[in-house]
Amino acid sequence: MNTATLSQAFLILLRRDLTLAYRRRSEMINPLLFFILVTALFPLGIGADPALLREVGPGIIWVAALLAALLSLETIFRSDFDDGSLEQLLLSPHPLSILMIAKVFAHWLITGLPLLIVAPLLGVLLDLPGDAITTLLITLALGTPVLSLIGTIGVALTVGLRKGGMILSLLVLPLYIPVLIFAANAVATSGAGLPIDAHLSMLTALLLLAVSLSPVATAAALRISLS
Amino acid sequence: MLKFFHRMASPKYFYQFAGKLIPWLGVACLGFLLVGLYDGLVLAPTDYQQGDSYRIMFVHVPAAWMSMFIYIVMAGAGAIGLIWHIKLAEVIAISSAHIGASFTFLALVTGSIWGKPMWGAWWVWDARLTSELILLFLYLGVIALYNAVEDKRAAARATSILALVGVVNIPIIHYSVEWWNTLHQGPTVTKFGAPSITIDMLIPLLLMAVAFKLFYATVVLMRARCEILQRERNSGWVRELVRASQ
Repeated sequence: MNTATLSQAFLILLRRDLTLAYRRRSEMINPLLFFILVTALFPLGIGADPALLREVGPGIIWVAALLAALLSLETIFRSDFDDGSLEQLLLSPHPLSILMIAKVFAHWLITGLPLLIVAPLLGVLLDLPGDAITTLLITLALGTPVLSLIGTIGVALTVGLRKGGMILSLLVLPLYIPVLIFAANAVATSGAGLPIDAHLSMLTALLLLAVSLSPVATAAALRISLS
Repeated sequence: MLKFFHRMASPKYFYQFAGKLIPWLGVACLGFLLVGLYDGLVLAPTDYQQGDSYRIMFVHVPAAWMSMFIYIVMAGAGAIGLIWHIKLAEVIAISSAHIGASFTFLALVTGSIWGKPMWGAWWVWDARLTSELILLFLYLGVIALYNAVEDKRAAARATSILALVGVVNIPIIHYSVEWWNTLHQGPTVTKFGAPSITIDMLIPLLLMAVAFKLFYATVVLMRARCEILQRERNSGWVRELVRASQ
């Protein structure tokens, strides 16, 4: 029997997850609808004054993106856990942390990337200037993978629990704060016409840190949850 | 020395040793607490700007120190438990979580009471307050996860991972919050740190800090003893202990 090399295994896992997601397209739409709906609630709640919306817009969009990312997190291991393929993954000869990167990447392509596509629309709805919308896209591109990576640690810790959902948000949301601060600040700063290099550098640093460290924690957490 | 540590790692010896240690630590804690409180509340001079209300500092500052110190102890013990599979380290880590959360809560409440007369507000979205609040949520997350997992050994190892992830994140959260704050408002409201404290105020502060440390040591040993009894309830020495006490 042939065994796949590491890069082959990575690609196979990625393709499998993408195919599975494609077969259940309606599940992909839900976080997206949630993202749009939550953002639409704020003008109703705080009043539709354009100046006010322009000021709080970056924060609103980012908080909504954060919640949408949190909601979609649970699906990353759910079906694999239910049908036992997660345990097979643990038995694989390849390093689990690398395989975890494949799973998170697939999950981000399914749930994070769509957020980027509708975000400009929301930016227009909240009357953000053009520069700010560009920055919004950049920060979402840098920030949502961090959310997926950190969140996956939380999912791995709670995957075996029956009522993991509430605990997951308690575990994960405090860790999301740096991303929220830098990203929302970058959008607001660029809306005011100031340079945002520092914010983007920090977000990139967070992304690199998360890519390098969080898969290790995820792998360790999974081994404990499934032991 | 090494042999001593080796024996300590066994729950049975630890249980007995901690039982002997607790009264001494408790008495020392009480002594420091009484002297520190008397020194702080009665002997220390009144502040020229804040009057007598600054005296809440003698509870507030040590509590805030402890909130961070205990988190590091918890994560350190968790790491030891994960790496070397020492059960006792897991017990210490999880026993610390509740105490750390209490100290964090105490620091927030006393800070809030102090803030009302000084800043005119119960709560300000200042960097330190915000990061302390987040620390409280990290503690609560650890406790919630521990309670949610039924197998307590797996629960302890899962919370250790969470605590370690938190340790990596705490500096990041702290600095991000600090920068976020400075972008929004200048340091007009809060002049918290480093007011070149006089020696008359420093001594009671340090006494209180030692008292709080001893309090933590006492309570964590008490909690760890309970935890050990619960975990080892099927082992021989615990049954003997129970039989002897009946």
